[in-house]
Amino acid sequence: MNYETIVVSKEGPLGLITLNRPQAMNALNFKMVDELVSALNSFEKDDDVRCLVIAGSERAFSAGADIKEMEPSTAVQMAMTGHFFPLWDEVGRYPKPIVGALSGFVLGGGLELAMSLDVLVASETTQLGQPEIDIGVMPGGGGTQRLTRAVGKYKAMEMILTGKRMGAEEARTLGLVSRVVPKEAYLSEAKKVAEEIASKSPVAVRQAKMAVNKAFEMGLTQGIDFERELFYLLFASEDKTEGMKAFMEKRKPEFKGK
Amino acid sequence: MGYQTVKTELANGVQWITLNRPDKLNAFDRQMGDDLLEALKEAEKGPEVRCLVLTGEGKAFSSGEDLNTNRENYENGKPIFLGEVIRSKYNPIVQGIRRMEKPVLASVNGYTAGAGLGLALACDLRVASDKATFHEAFIKRGLVPDSGTSFWLTRILGLARAMEVSMLGEPIDASKALNLGLVNWVFPADRLREETTKISERLAKGPTKAIGLTKRALNRAVVVDMDSALEYEAYLQDIAGRTRDHVEGVKSFFEKREPDFAGQ
Repeated sequence: MNYETIVVSKEGPLGLITLNRPQAMNALNFKMVDELVSALNSFEKDDDVRCLVIAGSERAFSAGADIKEMEPSTAVQMAMTGHFFPLWDEVGRYPKPIVGALSGFVLGGGLELAMSLDVLVASETTQLGQPEIDIGVMPGGGGTQRLTRAVGKYKAMEMILTGKRMGAEEARTLGLVSRVVPKEAYLSEAKKVAEEIASKSPVAVRQAKMAVNKAFEMGLTQGIDFERELFYLLFASEDKTEGMKAFMEKRKPEFKGK
Repeated sequence: MGYQTVKTELANGVQWITLNRPDKLNAFDRQMGDDLLEALKEAEKGPEVRCLVLTGEGKAFSSGEDLNTNRENYENGKPIFLGEVIRSKYNPIVQGIRRMEKPVLASVNGYTAGAGLGLALACDLRVASDKATFHEAFIKRGLVPDSGTSFWLTRILGLARAMEVSMLGEPIDASKALNLGLVNWVFPADRLREETTKISERLAKGPTKAIGLTKRALNRAVVVDMDSALEYEAYLQDIAGRTRDHVEGVKSFFEKREPDFAGQ
């Protein structure tokens, strides 16, 4: 399918989505949100795709929402169109793993998008922030919730109330990104991580992702119960049989997603 | 591009940037800070520039902050806010030089103090005239080391020596600077330009991308643990391995000739 604001391709088991509004530093607009949702949907249905990578450019993953487009909106219009909520809902419930390849500006809606992905590989040049406060609003795509869960109250408050950006190394120390690599390597590294994930059992990966995400929503006892049920369930999969057999036979397992 | 307070000159891949307020011992006023930062940015962008040399016009390399800028405040007893001066003027210059993926040489022609020393230390290599003197002079004005001098002096000299020069502010002459490892080479004043040219032109003919990556590796190595440094080396070697100059470097080895690096 042809898209205007993103580029979509497949590399083996990977589904790649590249945000592509270079003139606007990959700012999210309605068109891009529609296209992202549609691309995510088609990768979800594609059984060959076992892991996704979402990237922007070296200069900007995404500098946030397109303010020109947002500026004339009234409160009622925002509420009735749901603004970007189709995207946040889609990414939030997405069952396949998604690796974010971050570089340059990861701001506002760009950071909110990144924080709803599963593994974040960042280039050294990455700058993350929620600068909405500078234009008289606040994060509206999950930023106040996800950033607080990622870095704790005090760092989140500082970033959200002052709009100050954070560099890649600090983000890694605080656990806001998974790893930091040189700028020339961020995309290849993200693909490498994605390929590694894609080589695992898709069933186990899906369940594990769901369980980790539930950690943010459930109490500890409930979460552990939930985890246990998913764990038991995997014993019904062919991939579990193959995985354990391969381990004992000292060979690489071949997972089929069954 | 023309600058008011620095001279720029490009020759054989080497961008010379000369601090040019000789009557003020090349002290940094606002303008010279802006000019130097702009000249550095321009050199960073220019693909024809494969090495930079920073030097000073006249007797001094640079005497650091131009105290005359705030003379009125000092004479009227008004408070001076130096933090912002450092953040806006010196830190971007130091960061610009350290992050620049091209070799930057300081050709230290004479008196060097305060932020002037910071500038020299931010460079990758230092060639000094035998007339050069180095002054970690902050303490003599009741101030603390800035423009990166606390960072580099502790790393170059070790903690005890760094304490000594920072607390006493005694000048260091060129031969002592050489012994301490504060400069890489010392030459008689009349040969400084010639020798700097030799070294810088040799660097300008080098594999610029690999030199830039080497700088990144060493910049990082001074602040991280060994395991991280090893991992970072592996990443950078991946990148260097994909450059044209690496292929040329290996080919020339097989063919038993000197490599012809293009900086790509």
